[in-house]
Amino acid sequence: MAGTLSFAPDDRCNAFITTCDAAPYGDGKLSGVAVAVKDNISTCGIQTTCGSRILAGYVPPYDAHVVSLLRGEGAAIVGKTNMDEFGMGTTTETSGYGPTLNPVDQTRVPGGSSGGSAAAVAAGLVPMALGTDTGGSIRCPAAFCGIVGLKPTYGRVSRYGLVAYANSLEQIGPMARSVGEVSRLMEVISSYDSRDSTSFDRPYTHQPSADIESLRIGLPQEYFGEGVDPRVAETVRSAIGRLEDLGAETVPCAIPSMAYALAAYYVICTSEASSNLARFDGVRYGPPAPTQKQWHEAFQEVRGEHFGKEVRRRIMLGTFALSAGYYGKYYGKAQVARRNVRQDFERVLGEVDVIAGPTMPTVAFRLGEKSDPLSMYLSDILTVPANLAGVPAISVPCGTVDGLPVGLQLIGRHFAEEQIIDAAYAYEQEGSA
Amino acid sequence: MTVIIGLEIHVQLNTATKLFCSCSTDYRDDPPNTHCCPVCLGLPGALPRLNRKAVEYGLKVAKALNMEVPEESEFARKNYFYPDLPKAFQITQYDKPLSIRGVLEIEDDEGHEKLVRITRAHLEEDPGRLVHKGGGDRARYSLVDYNRSGIPLLEIVTEPDLRSPQEARRFLGRLRATLEYLGVFDGDKEGSLRVDANISIKGYERVEVKNISSYKGVEKALTFEVTRQRNLIRRGQPVTVRETRHFQEGRGVTTASRSKEEEHDYRYFPEPDLRPLSVAGWVEEIELPELPVARKNRFVEQYGISLNHARTLTGDLKIAEFFEKIASVDPVLAATWTADTLLGELNYRSMSIAAVPPGHFAGLLKLLKEDTITDKAAVQVLRTMLDSCAAGNECEQPAAIVEREGLARATGVDFAAIVRTVIAGNPQAVEDYRAGKKGALNFLVGQVMRETRGRADPRELGELVAACIETTEG
Amino acid sequence: MVSEIEIESIAKLADIDLARDEVAGFTREFNAILEYFDALDQVSGEETLTPELTNVFREDEPGGCLPQEDVLANAGSTEDGFVKAPRVM
Repeated sequence: MAGTLSFAPDDRCNAFITTCDAAPYGDGKLSGVAVAVKDNISTCGIQTTCGSRILAGYVPPYDAHVVSLLRGEGAAIVGKTNMDEFGMGTTTETSGYGPTLNPVDQTRVPGGSSGGSAAAVAAGLVPMALGTDTGGSIRCPAAFCGIVGLKPTYGRVSRYGLVAYANSLEQIGPMARSVGEVSRLMEVISSYDSRDSTSFDRPYTHQPSADIESLRIGLPQEYFGEGVDPRVAETVRSAIGRLEDLGAETVPCAIPSMAYALAAYYVICTSEASSNLARFDGVRYGPPAPTQKQWHEAFQEVRGEHFGKEVRRRIMLGTFALSAGYYGKYYGKAQVARRNVRQDFERVLGEVDVIAGPTMPTVAFRLGEKSDPLSMYLSDILTVPANLAGVPAISVPCGTVDGLPVGLQLIGRHFAEEQIIDAAYAYEQEGSA
Repeated sequence: MTVIIGLEIHVQLNTATKLFCSCSTDYRDDPPNTHCCPVCLGLPGALPRLNRKAVEYGLKVAKALNMEVPEESEFARKNYFYPDLPKAFQITQYDKPLSIRGVLEIEDDEGHEKLVRITRAHLEEDPGRLVHKGGGDRARYSLVDYNRSGIPLLEIVTEPDLRSPQEARRFLGRLRATLEYLGVFDGDKEGSLRVDANISIKGYERVEVKNISSYKGVEKALTFEVTRQRNLIRRGQPVTVRETRHFQEGRGVTTASRSKEEEHDYRYFPEPDLRPLSVAGWVEEIELPELPVARKNRFVEQYGISLNHARTLTGDLKIAEFFEKIASVDPVLAATWTADTLLGELNYRSMSIAAVPPGHFAGLLKLLKEDTITDKAAVQVLRTMLDSCAAGNECEQPAAIVEREGLARATGVDFAAIVRTVIAGNPQAVEDYRAGKKGALNFLVGQVMRETRGRADPRELGELVAACIETTEG
Repeated sequence: MVSEIEIESIAKLADIDLARDEVAGFTREFNAILEYFDALDQVSGEETLTPELTNVFREDEPGGCLPQEDVLANAGSTEDGFVKAPRVM
């Protein structure tokens, strides 16, 4: 039954950049369900800013593939959620529209970059939301806000209409309060799209099952070692213990390429970003460039003024990493490193069914805590490997430390979302009881 | 002073849609920004999708130029800022091009066969088009039309094997013909072929001449540049640092780039939104049509026409096809009249051969073959016919023109009276002829021709006039 | 180590204005990050293509384009159907 959903959320956490007070919906699997969409996913007729002032007022003339699918299944798109500017951050503090607060503790960040989507779900403003994950941007805020978030296999969800930050790493994925809802949303968004040349025709149509009898779980030493808050590690270990109680078997393993995975990740994402974000020059969209000036001058002015500091930093890092004389040292090496990470995961996942560990090394930071860029980058260490390897990964709440949520991360084989969803579902249904 | 020239040629492939989106390429007569979609506008979130036909066309060219197609090729981003470039990068091919190492056969300045080496040929997208009101120099802002953005280009790069501007023009002519024979290119479309040329005098630095936007401009630009560089050497100020210059089509000169060309750092990297290509096997399956050299040889053999005529007639696909439609009247006559007369008349009128109905021209040839009209009258009929075609009316039939203008060949007897009148009226010329001045006869024949408006054969007339003078009292 | 002058030239290459008082901070943070990137020095091997998927094509069939007003809708300024942009001279 088609209709219009009124949406007037009490958005205390600044989860939304744009809301639609009367959101139309139609028939289908998600008929009338309010879905929030991260603001880097194009929505025809609804402002899409990517959390950046350089896209203030930009209204796409087309829908992202996932948005068409949502509309096609009757969902009501009720708003566009806050995010780190262009996805560049782990806290949602780099947004040009003010930080999002963590609904669990408003002195804390919700994580990022899909902090708005996580907060909107955690605060109960919507039952489900779309996020995007380039190096942990779905899983980190899911962990920090105590909800479920899935980063699909690279290529399983079309990126058409997702404003690119790092094309070769990112995926759109579902976020919700339960594994079942995440699974339901995944089914809708995984329908094939030929407009994304990197996508595969591997639709997800799975009913979560809590049967994990004889599931083999790999525990990489790197996920429990240096840099990981021991209390977080302990909480995750005990969650994994519950999975063992349910019939799973655990195996220690190692991912040696973790030593340089984060460096490789930041080289690749900043390189791609430096190119992707070059188009924001104030000519075709966004705050206009002064046309009476010479073009470089005009572009420098508009880009200097409307890009935030972290975005400018990453664009410059990527520009440097690709520049003459440095390509081999940075970008070339990072590609080799990425291949090694992928091979490490394929090797381990040849021996076990899923890999488990904490999603984030700590619980949610205090607002303003991560003022030094490198220390913020380092907090992505446990999430970026799945993006480099292209494998699916889910974060499911598994307890708290100091009253703040901790996420259990489950990583699976390429196109084996079903398996990690079942493991997460088993924990959610039986383990946390 | 040896001249060394290498070319980079950008040709628009005539696919129905753009390289990475489904927008139509047929934009030339349409208002600005009406052949655009999120992809070719570089809207945030849009993704490129590679046109299969563009790759096929690229491979056809590769095969025709005897190029190697590597096992693997890929697209890369060339990053630079310019108002006509909507994504601020161009999707092109960098270190893994579609094809490498080929050759194209041309004739050198002495008419000998020569092989020009092709370095590479790769696919890339055309940027949008900038328009400057009141001329580029004074415009206070730019206007952008993205209709051209994303049109497939094939960039063909040669080794520095060309030795004169004329040779460069011949190379381009042969290349253009080859591309048209392959059916991948339409050279009649404005701006469909653009050239950058590297030119140096041996022993000195090279100059890159950019912005040559027509086939004819190449010889002009390079000739200007050879003279300029030679003069610099004579004055003791040869080119010692690499320089980029722009060709000013209207003035026929090259000028130094005013905007200080910064050292470009394009930061190439593989395009992450496209998959690599693996098309070495595909090129094996491609079947090539008959190409210019083969057709030239066939024309000589099949029609018995001269090599020179065959070369001219096969230098352009449309002309070759035109010739084959009319050759049945009489191949040698058809070749002579097409190559030596028709092409010149078309060129004079800036007309394309496409405007000439082959049946009309065949009709003219028949009139000639049957001796109904003289050569001179035929030229007149042809001009009248072309003028009628050019005016956009229905082309007039040669026979109708002959009839209306009364240009049919008259028989010798009819001229006796005119000849006698002319002889009587030009006693000095008759005197001169008798005194042995052969030129005087031509003068007299010319006078008769004028009176008969070309309807008589000049050779026959000559005999008639001479005989008449013999029988006239001196 | 990159210098402040190099930072300014990178910013220029990226067409980004940096305020004068930002340069020192950017340089310091940049160098800390680049030092961290040195972790990649331990990686050996050649960059190779490992395509899981090649030859992804679209057929050459015309599809819809945007109406001109949609093309121009988000542009800061337009004139006679063109998008207005900074001058190139």
